[in-house]
Amino acid sequence: MSRQDEKPPRKPAGIRLADHRTALVKLERRLFLRSSLSVGALSLLAGCDLQDNDQVDKVLWAMSRWNDRVQAALFRGDKLAPTYAASQITNPFPFNAFYDEADAPDIDITDWRLEVSGLVRDKKPWTAERLRALPQVAQITRHICIEGWSAIGQWSGVPLKLFLQAVGADMSAKYVGFKCADRYYSSLDMPTALHPQTILALDFGKEPLPTPYGFPLKVRVPTKLGFKNPKHVIALHVSNENPGGYWEDQGYNWFSGV
Amino acid sequence: MRKSILLHPLAVRIAHWLNAFAIGCMLMSGWAIYNASPIFGFRFPAWATLGGWLGGAIAWHFAAMWLLAANGLFYLLYGVLSGHFRRRFLPLHARDVMADARQALRMQLPHRPGIYNAVQKLLYWAVIALGMLAVLSGLAIWKPVQLESLSNLFGGFDFARKVHFSAMAGIAAFVLVHLLLVVLVPKTLLPMVTGRGRSTEHAENTP
Repeated sequence: MSRQDEKPPRKPAGIRLADHRTALVKLERRLFLRSSLSVGALSLLAGCDLQDNDQVDKVLWAMSRWNDRVQAALFRGDKLAPTYAASQITNPFPFNAFYDEADAPDIDITDWRLEVSGLVRDKKPWTAERLRALPQVAQITRHICIEGWSAIGQWSGVPLKLFLQAVGADMSAKYVGFKCADRYYSSLDMPTALHPQTILALDFGKEPLPTPYGFPLKVRVPTKLGFKNPKHVIALHVSNENPGGYWEDQGYNWFSGV
Repeated sequence: MRKSILLHPLAVRIAHWLNAFAIGCMLMSGWAIYNASPIFGFRFPAWATLGGWLGGAIAWHFAAMWLLAANGLFYLLYGVLSGHFRRRFLPLHARDVMADARQALRMQLPHRPGIYNAVQKLLYWAVIALGMLAVLSGLAIWKPVQLESLSNLFGGFDFARKVHFSAMAGIAAFVLVHLLLVVLVPKTLLPMVTGRGRSTEHAENTP
């Protein structure tokens, strides 16, 4: 708590600065030491970045797992992400990945299949054509990046819940994991996977997904941060083991709901 | 014999130092998060940030937020229920603030241990309000879908970021002035650790 100070209104007789110089110098040293210690302590902590498994990192990871549980409790399956008018769509929509736009994978649609594995009845791979034969839904929603920027886009495709029903997935399983053509991977909790706005997106705007936005298949999850929306998806698996994710395994919070 | 009085109750001292640590973590990790996508035309210097990279900074921010919120709640409950706020931060009148501010600017405001002047009272209320604004706007950014109405209250996700930044700037300005005053009046520091201070203005060497 701060105090403003001022010379005493009256200076009582008999007190000389010289008598107190030692005490003042000591106090000054103590203060200097204290402030250098606290700045030093925080800069030591600045090295704790979830990468080297020291004690502080263990606490940070534990807190992140606690935050997963809190967010799962906050999540409501019937709470829809806000939707927007076509006029509010962000143009151009930003490109974002762990590589440059030019390095986005070129995928030949004739070779592409969506592999399905894990706790599902039907493991037959899916072509884009078969996916398009399933009922489609469209949404104009806000993509929120963990970096803090956000952009509004339009996606359409198959509700993931419907797809999971179609392959006879065990809906009581905990996780749905995704693998991508660009080595990216991510995963969702089952309640989020079953959310009505979680879709296997095939179109961006009115066109098939362009390469930078995840051709031919992107998981669009408006209730999660952007990095939980994997692009160029080639495999889906249902599991009770947390499949983690490219960023999640490095330290981004796994649940990352919005 | 010197007269020693209780300046800061134990609860306030504990809350103060936990808050100092939490605010330090929140500011520095928050600056690192801001740097990932600045909303204004500048970035915070890397040496002032905490976490090393965006994932580390967010882990710090979302860990320290629990300490900040729990400790803040404890402090608010203590302040209201024990009468601490009423005794220390009230009464507060605009004319006293004006008078004390004028005196303070002329460096003529006397320091009375254990008693806050009107400017201090106002600033403590203000920083408590800024703290609550920071927590609420932070929740609006963290959960713009699940807490949609809160997010709307702050003008939506993008505007809530600016509100959160402004609350941070206000708190940072308070901390700056707060630390500056401790440097100017160092004898205020020790009582925040021991709780006790002298009621008289002048130091005596302990025998």
